[in-house]
Amino acid sequence: MTTVTAPAAPPGAAASAPKRARGGGFWRYLLVRFLLIFPTIFILVTLVFFLMRLTGDPITASLGDRLTPDQLAERIHEAGYDRPILVQYLEYLGNVFTGNFGSSITDGRPIVDILLSYGSATLELAIYALIVAFIVGIPLGMVAAYFRDRWGDAGLRVFAILSYATPVFFAGLVLKLIFSVWLKWLPVAGRASTRTEIKLQSLDHQTGIYLIDAIRTGSGAAVGDVLAHAVLPALALGLLTAGVFLRLVRTNVIGTLSRDYVDAARSRGVGEYRLVRKHALKPALVPIITVIGLQIALLLGGAVLTETTFEWKGLGFQLAYYLSKRDFVAVQGIVALLAVIVALTNFIVDLVAAILDPRVRY
Amino acid sequence: MTATASVRPARRITWWRRLPVIQQLRQSVGLQRGMLVTGLVITGVFLVVAIFAPLLAPYGYNQLRGPDGLFGAQQPPNAEHLLGTTVGGYDVLSRVIWGAQTALLVIIVAIVLSVFIGVALGLLSGYIGGWFDRITIVIADAIYAFPSLLLAIVAAIVISGGQSSLWGGILAAAISITVVFIPQYLRVVRAEVLRVKSEAFVESAKVVGARTGRIMFRHVLRNSTRTLPLIVTLNSSEAILTLAGLGFLGFGIEPSAAAEWGYDLNKSLSDVTSGIWWTSIFPGLAIVLVVLGITLIGESLNDLADPRLRARRKPAETPGEAVAAETPAAREELGEVL
Repeated sequence: MTTVTAPAAPPGAAASAPKRARGGGFWRYLLVRFLLIFPTIFILVTLVFFLMRLTGDPITASLGDRLTPDQLAERIHEAGYDRPILVQYLEYLGNVFTGNFGSSITDGRPIVDILLSYGSATLELAIYALIVAFIVGIPLGMVAAYFRDRWGDAGLRVFAILSYATPVFFAGLVLKLIFSVWLKWLPVAGRASTRTEIKLQSLDHQTGIYLIDAIRTGSGAAVGDVLAHAVLPALALGLLTAGVFLRLVRTNVIGTLSRDYVDAARSRGVGEYRLVRKHALKPALVPIITVIGLQIALLLGGAVLTETTFEWKGLGFQLAYYLSKRDFVAVQGIVALLAVIVALTNFIVDLVAAILDPRVRY
Repeated sequence: MTATASVRPARRITWWRRLPVIQQLRQSVGLQRGMLVTGLVITGVFLVVAIFAPLLAPYGYNQLRGPDGLFGAQQPPNAEHLLGTTVGGYDVLSRVIWGAQTALLVIIVAIVLSVFIGVALGLLSGYIGGWFDRITIVIADAIYAFPSLLLAIVAAIVISGGQSSLWGGILAAAISITVVFIPQYLRVVRAEVLRVKSEAFVESAKVVGARTGRIMFRHVLRNSTRTLPLIVTLNSSEAILTLAGLGFLGFGIEPSAAAEWGYDLNKSLSDVTSGIWWTSIFPGLAIVLVVLGITLIGESLNDLADPRLRARRKPAETPGEAVAAETPAAREELGEVL
């Protein structure tokens, strides 16, 4: 390798998996990465458990001001919070391992239930936002790289920085104010209007992804209603993420645009559009995909805030609700699940990067 | 590649011109200088407003009544209340101005704490190595991978149970943010330490018989802090966003204890639906502006440090190239762990 800062593989290196002289190559790399998920999850679950217990037991936190001391002591004993913390911890680990996260304190719902019924809403929102981010961020990033240091680039970078500087809930509030309150084009909040909700409830085997469910009802009005509700949350969260993608694509494409093979392609008469699209973007994709994977954590954090802004009843909305109720068992369950999702995504990102670029597998 | 700015005998440049931001200001040209100057101006205004909030704000942050009685809730902007009043009956302009002070305090506490702890851990981890290093890095990576807002929420619960007074709230927010930031400082300093550790001057210090502590602090640490100004700026803006996020989710500081922009935005959520815009727009704009200003500085520093991104003027005389070669993406560093 000649340049130290070379961001990506040469073109054509993708997808082929040449035999490596040392190490076990692809499968060994995959195995190591896969095994790394477990310590990550273990550490996060442990960290959250002990941090949450530092404040005292969850029963006092959520019900302390509503029950008499005797009732409290009884409930604490029932739930086993008066046992040594290590015993509780081991039991908790065992439960997590078998997929049992306990029940929330305030409404007694099993955490797994909460996760399953609200997780789909968050997934739906995240997918919409990612679509917006890809459609907006990647082409604009290429444009900015191509017009580097000129006005187009400057304008796009201001957009990127603004999208970073704007908290997603403020962006949501402004969008809501303009498009829902003043222009009255789009609904203010929620995932669907009451009529549509009822229609969706009548389906058996709901997926929880409203768009799919709405399509299954076969009613055009329902699909339209669900989409109309999704526009603003998706835009708020998606534009925030798009700014990150834009910067990322810009930096990496600038790196590849100055490479010799781009000059070579240009001298062969390759058109400018094709030059950026094929010759510069493709080799820049590995770092882009890697960082996009890391953005999943950002996206989840953003989803918590977006859902609260738009009353989008997903994990984030529930998390804020249980936080306000001081129901820390539920909070712990939701946070643990999100941690698992992040760890899994990171693994998938590593996997994709390894498939795209053989040099990643060391 | 020459070692670092502090090692070479660059006597002819006066000391203040080598300070982090001023040095970059001299180095920048055109658009990048524009970005840097804009950022500095906005941040400067923010600092002035934060420091002189008691003089600038027309009312106190928790003042509900003036000489003519109560302010009244949700008053539109008028002569007495230039930006209107909130649903709780506070003056919006005053809360926006006092909010700057809260934000500044949180940034300072958070950055100081995370720089000290992060740098110390990074130094130990990089210099001592071994299993201490491995465990620290695995934990740091786990924390780093975690959605920072969620981690901050957990930390806020631990510290204050959610609600608190001025200093309690500021400390809670700052420590929550610190937990999120430490891994970043640790990683960067550790990477630098690993590089500096094998330099010739460390070897010679060992040969001369300097004690480990002296080598660590004098020789290694002083040459491992080049990238810190950049991370500090980036983190300051992140600190504001995290603080606002915490406030928005109801983990803010009570309005009677201090003004906090995120908390005000949370309270204005229902106003928006009825078309009351002034309670949300102004605190929101304050967040955007401050983060924008600090980010512009950070972005410029980043670009100037990276020769691939720096606008070209003349062949470099800068220590910037050296930094660029050593600022790999977090992922690349992850490789070293295994």
